Amino acid sequence: MAKDFDPSGRLPDFFMNAGTSSFTQFLTQASPELLPGRRPLPPGMAADLAPHGTTIVAIATAEGVVMAGDRRATMGNLIASRDIEKVHAADSYSLIGIAGTAGIGIELMRLFQVELEHYEKIEGIMLSLDGKANRLAGMVRGNLGAAMQGLAVVPLFAGYDLSPADPARAGRIFSFDVAGGLYEETGYDSIGSGSLFAKSALKKKYRPGVSTDDAIRLAVEALYDAADDDTATGGPDVTRKIYPVVMTATAQGVHRLTEEEISAVAESVVAGRMENPGG
Amino acid sequence: MQFYASPEQVQRDRSEYARKGIARGRSAVVLTYEGGVLLVAENITTLRKISEIYDKIGFAAVGRYNEFENLRRAGVRMADLNGFSYDRRDVTGRGLANAFTQTLGAIFSETQKPYEVEICIAQVGATPEADELYRITYDGSVMDEPGFMAMGGQAEAISNVLRERHDTSAGLQAALALAAEALGSVGGENGQTRRLEAKQLEVAVLDRRRKGRAFRRIAGTALTDLLAGTTEVADADLGEVDAAPPNPAEDKPTVSAAPVVESATSEEPADDTNGDGS
Repeated sequence: MAKDFDPSGRLPDFFMNAGTSSFTQFLTQASPELLPGRRPLPPGMAADLAPHGTTIVAIATAEGVVMAGDRRATMGNLIASRDIEKVHAADSYSLIGIAGTAGIGIELMRLFQVELEHYEKIEGIMLSLDGKANRLAGMVRGNLGAAMQGLAVVPLFAGYDLSPADPARAGRIFSFDVAGGLYEETGYDSIGSGSLFAKSALKKKYRPGVSTDDAIRLAVEALYDAADDDTATGGPDVTRKIYPVVMTATAQGVHRLTEEEISAVAESVVAGRMENPGG
Repeated sequence: MQFYASPEQVQRDRSEYARKGIARGRSAVVLTYEGGVLLVAENITTLRKISEIYDKIGFAAVGRYNEFENLRRAGVRMADLNGFSYDRRDVTGRGLANAFTQTLGAIFSETQKPYEVEICIAQVGATPEADELYRITYDGSVMDEPGFMAMGGQAEAISNVLRERHDTSAGLQAALALAAEALGSVGGENGQTRRLEAKQLEVAVLDRRRKGRAFRRIAGTALTDLLAGTTEVADADLGEVDAAPPNPAEDKPTVSAAPVVESATSEEPADDTNGDGS
C-alpha cells in the first residue's frame, strides 16, 4: 500500500505531516498508480474499446436541483449495459453525472467522492459548492491525455449551495469540457450523446422557479426525447422495469427517487406519449 | 561530557515524561450504549479531541494537540486510502489500531521525546457486544477495552465510576449522564464533584442504526436538553447541529462514499480555522 517500507513499522511521513487536505494530492505521494490520468497510454485511438455512458440532464428548481440519467451504456453498435447508473451523490448536498468512457468516469466519480469526504473529515467543514466544482474541473483536466485518444469523460455537477450569493438560486449546475473548462449553467443543462435533443426539449418546457416534482417530470420527458432520436440513449424500459436514475439535492440533502416514485413518473410519461408521441 | 544511562532508565524516564504530560490534560471517556458508542471529552476550546475517521470508526484523544492531530490525519488518510483501493467495508478499527500502535511504538523507542498522547479508536458494531474500543498509549501498547474507557487526567478514578455503573443496555440520555458524572467526579475543590455543563463538553456518537457514516456530533440545544435529562432527544434531532440529512439509501461501492456530512453551522468555521492553523 505505502510506497516505502519502513522497518520500524511506523507510518511513512506523508501520512503524518501537516500537508494537504486533498486526497488526490495525498495519493500522488502514497499511491500514484491509483490516480487516473497518470498512466501512459499506447498511441492510437481507443474510443471503441470500452463502454460509453450517455445522456444526463440537470434542472435547477425552486428548492434545489434535479439530476437524471438514462440507463444505457454502448460499445459501438452494441448495448453494453441496460442498467448502468450514471448519476450519483457526490456528497450529501451535491450530485454528479458521468458521460463518456464509463470505466474512467466511474473511477473519476469515486475519487471525487472520497476527495470531498476526505477534505471534510480533515478540516471539519465541507468545501463550498464552487470549491467542489473547481476540484472536479482539475480532475477532468488530468484526464486530457486519455481524452485525446478517445477515452474522454465529461461530468455534469449540480448541487445545493449552503451559502449562495443569491438565496433564490441555491440550486446550481456546473458543466465541464474535456480540457477542464468549468462553466456555470443557468436553469438547466445536459451532457452526452443525446444532450442535443434533451436540451431542445428542456428549452421549450423549462420555466425558472419550477417545482421539484415538475422538474422530475421534465427531466424524464427530456430523456425520453433524447432516447427517441439518439440510439445511444435508453428510454424507460417498461418490460424490464428499468427506469432513469433521478436524484435531487435540496436543503434536506440528496435524495434518490425510489423505484416506486420513479416508476410512477416514467409510466405516466410513457402513457402520455401513447396519446401524443411528440410530448 | 556523556554519562552512561541504562536502557531501562531511559525508557523509564520517557514513560514518566509522557505519563505526566497526559495526566496534566482534561479527560475523555468512551462507552458503548444501546444505540451505539458515545464519545465524550471535557473540552472548553473549539479544537477537537473527538472526530470521525471512517463510516463506523471514531477517534478520541487526550494529551498534546499537535501530536494527536498528526495521528488523526494519518488515520483519516489511511482509512480513505484503504477504502478507495479496496472497499468501504474493508476499513476496520483493528487495522487502524495496528497502524497507530506501530507508529507510537516506533516513536517511543526511536526518538528523544515520546508522544504525550493516549488515543481511542472506537468501532461501532451491530450490537453492543460487537463494538470495539482500542486504547493506544504513548509507548504503542494497545488494549482492547470492554465497553468503556477513560483517558487523561485522573483516568483511574473516572474508570472506577464507569466500571460500577456502566450498562450496555442504557439509552443515550443515561449513558451521557453517566459520562458527565464520571468526568465530574474528579477535579472539584477539596475532592468535591463537579457538575459539567454543555459548553464544557464535546460529545459525539457513532450511531449503531445509521447506514454509511455513523458519526454524529451532539452540541447546542440537543446537548443541553440531554444533559438536563428532561428530554429524550428524538433520533431525528441528533443531526440537528450538523444539519445532517438522511442517507441516500444506497449500498453500492460506487456510491457509498456519498452519504451524510456535517454541514456548516455557526461554530464550525471558527473551529476549522483553529484546527487548520495548528
